[in-house]
Amino acid sequence: MLGSDLVMYDEEFKLIDAEIQRLLAQANAKVVFLVDKNGQLIAATGETENLDTTSLASLTAGNIAATGGMAKLLGEKEFSILFHEGQRDNIHISIIGQRIILVVIFDQRSSLGLVRLRVKKSADVLGGIFDQLLKKVETEKGTGKGADSPFAEITDEDIDKLFG
Amino acid sequence: MSFINYSSREINCKIVFYGPGLCGKTTNLQWIYKKTNPDSKGKMISLATETERTLFFDFLPLALGEIRGFKTRFHLYTVPGQVFYDASRKLILKGVDGVVFVADSQIERMEANIESIENLRLNLAEQGYDLDKIPFIVQYNKRDLPNVVSLEEMKKALNPRGVPDYEAVAMDGTGVFDTLKAIAKLVIMELKKGQEGG
Repeated sequence: MLGSDLVMYDEEFKLIDAEIQRLLAQANAKVVFLVDKNGQLIAATGETENLDTTSLASLTAGNIAATGGMAKLLGEKEFSILFHEGQRDNIHISIIGQRIILVVIFDQRSSLGLVRLRVKKSADVLGGIFDQLLKKVETEKGTGKGADSPFAEITDEDIDKLFG
Repeated sequence: MSFINYSSREINCKIVFYGPGLCGKTTNLQWIYKKTNPDSKGKMISLATETERTLFFDFLPLALGEIRGFKTRFHLYTVPGQVFYDASRKLILKGVDGVVFVADSQIERMEANIESIENLRLNLAEQGYDLDKIPFIVQYNKRDLPNVVSLEEMKKALNPRGVPDYEAVAMDGTGVFDTLKAIAKLVIMELKKGQEGG
């Protein structure tokens, strides 16, 4: 399988959650969420109660994938920032560390300029956390730590039970 | 490329339904959506043309249950089957954990099936995947139609390696859940092997 599976631990999740909450507050945003480039939602904060974040995550990744395809055709590596302006809400999408997508949804309580400024700062912090996470995953693979792995003791019966 | 979240105790995997145009990929997902408990499914997203041909992808998130205390979620995607949407198909395949090839059993679509499976192999290879190594199953759809190729010939042409394969009539659900269970099982087994291998 190409690349490594994305793994999230509690410690790093808390750091990520704290940072996106900070970004939400500082950017006066409605919603902030992080998505893996493959469409998996990593974390979300803000006014998410009536929001289908799973679908948004998948569509965001599709959006980035499509515009990434366009970029390559134009000789660009990628379009690392996208902005969609709506009547009421706007979406600012940026790529962090080549693998993670940061999405900020904001309305008239904020501005594009403020969001761009705050995103730039958060991108550095989040990039650092994901680098740390990647190193941790590699280290734990190397030491063969599998005590907490959900797959450590999975049997065929466990898998069969999943399907009733 | 799966996502294992120890914090929320979730395992998320991506399955892509591939095949030539109008073979039944979207129909598979629609049937799964229709018959799945509301608690176990999210909204189905379909990015399609006005004539309901898939333009970019269909997406359906499913919760399959718990395994050793971890919630297992599968994200099902379909690709657009028409030949000229190849650029989009490549994008949807990114990060795939398992592939279902949906073949159209009609005799006049055999060439399209073969072309599509070769296209799949090529597009996977471009991303560093080997079709012979990733979780992969074949579904022979539209078995109810009168002008179908025999199963033996279909297997010979599309499944020479003998991966798990299933007959189906996606319109009435025949074989749809068998296919889904089979690929989900293969994906989890592969994840288990990957973790044990280190």
